Amino acid sequence: MGRARLYPDEPSGPFPSPPSTIEDREGRDIEIQAPGELTTDLDAVVEMYDRFDPTDRAQGIPPTGEDRIRNWLETIAEESVNVIAHHKPNDDDIDVDSGADSGGDVIAHAMLVPDADDPAAIENNSDIEWELAIFVLQDYQQAGIGTHLLKHLLGHASDVGIERVWLTVERWNNPAIALYERVGFEASGTESFEQEMSIRLE
Amino acid sequence: MNVLVGLGGSDESIKTLRQTIDRTQDVGDDLTIAVLEKPESKRSQDEMYEEANALLSEAGVDADLVRLEGDPGSALVDHAEQGEFDQLVIGGGTLSPMGKIQLGPITEFVLLNAPTTVKLVR
Ligand SMILES: CC(C)(COP(=O)(O)OP(=O)(O)OC[C@H]1O[C@@H](n2cnc3c(N)ncnc32)[C@H](O)[C@@H]1OP(=O)(O)O)[C@@H](O)C(=O)NCCC(=O)NCCS
Repeated sequence: MGRARLYPDEPSGPFPSPPSTIEDREGRDIEIQAPGELTTDLDAVVEMYDRFDPTDRAQGIPPTGEDRIRNWLETIAEESVNVIAHHKPNDDDIDVDSGADSGGDVIAHAMLVPDADDPAAIENNSDIEWELAIFVLQDYQQAGIGTHLLKHLLGHASDVGIERVWLTVERWNNPAIALYERVGFEASGTESFEQEMSIRLE
Repeated sequence: MNVLVGLGGSDESIKTLRQTIDRTQDVGDDLTIAVLEKPESKRSQDEMYEEANALLSEAGVDADLVRLEGDPGSALVDHAEQGEFDQLVIGGGTLSPMGKIQLGPITEFVLLNAPTTVKLVR
């Protein structure tokens, strides 16, 4: 689709693979997992995006309103590669609203979506380019979760044979750009309101 | 109203033109269509010119159809400055596979430099 994107010559990595449990800078236990398919965890992810502060939207995503969020995720769910972060309640936190062990709420999500006209026909994940996005709920931002989640997404991507990952980010979104550069993304392509960045995986 | 619409050669351009023609028919605007030089797009300038012509006759709308050479953003803004236009219309960006809205460098140039109201068509 469209013109050819540039990628760094040097691959980045290795990155950690999910699942992992990390402690964030606020001392919260955060569990990072890669669901086999997003469809299994769809409700919990929809709920997270429903709680997402619309002022933090980027280039029109996530959409607002539960129906539109579900619609958006369903459209990309099947062929996408995902990592999800749950806040695991500590033993001393009393989890009042869920009887069963829910594993805690989803508080962050990152994904890769194939840039292909017919995603169902993909034979090798390395044949195509994958677009990345990451979202961390406001109450959990700036605690290191975004960095961990991004690394685990790239680790998981590498495990399933993905080599080329790109994204666009609003040029003024300094937190996101800092995060991407830290793991090895480099600016590529023309700059306009959005900066395009790319990374090559081992 | 005197409207100038700028077109590259993408499907987005076709959508922009269709919507603008519909609007012209509804409200009786004066319409000028500028076909830009964008070598990397799906349709060549000539193809886009022909397609615009066909859409106009199909709709029975009378409009000025011009080709603008050179850098698309600045050629369009120049043309807008030289005519008596009230509004400049361009495509409102493409959607990435993820669903992100992407505005290209032409859109950015036009938004930051046009003397008129700019309309982005989605
Ligand atoms: C971008 C985002 C994913 C970062 O997640 P995060 O969990 O806050 O990231 P981290 O805590 O790992 O921080 C990464 C770095 O970004 C920078 N940073 C984070 N938030 C920042 C802020 N509000 N202002 C300035 N810098 C910030 C810091 O340099 C931080 O480095 P540090 O760890 O040395 O402090 C998160 O802010 C987010 O979801 N934003 C809204 C959605 C979005 O813009 N997504 C990206 C486009 S798809």
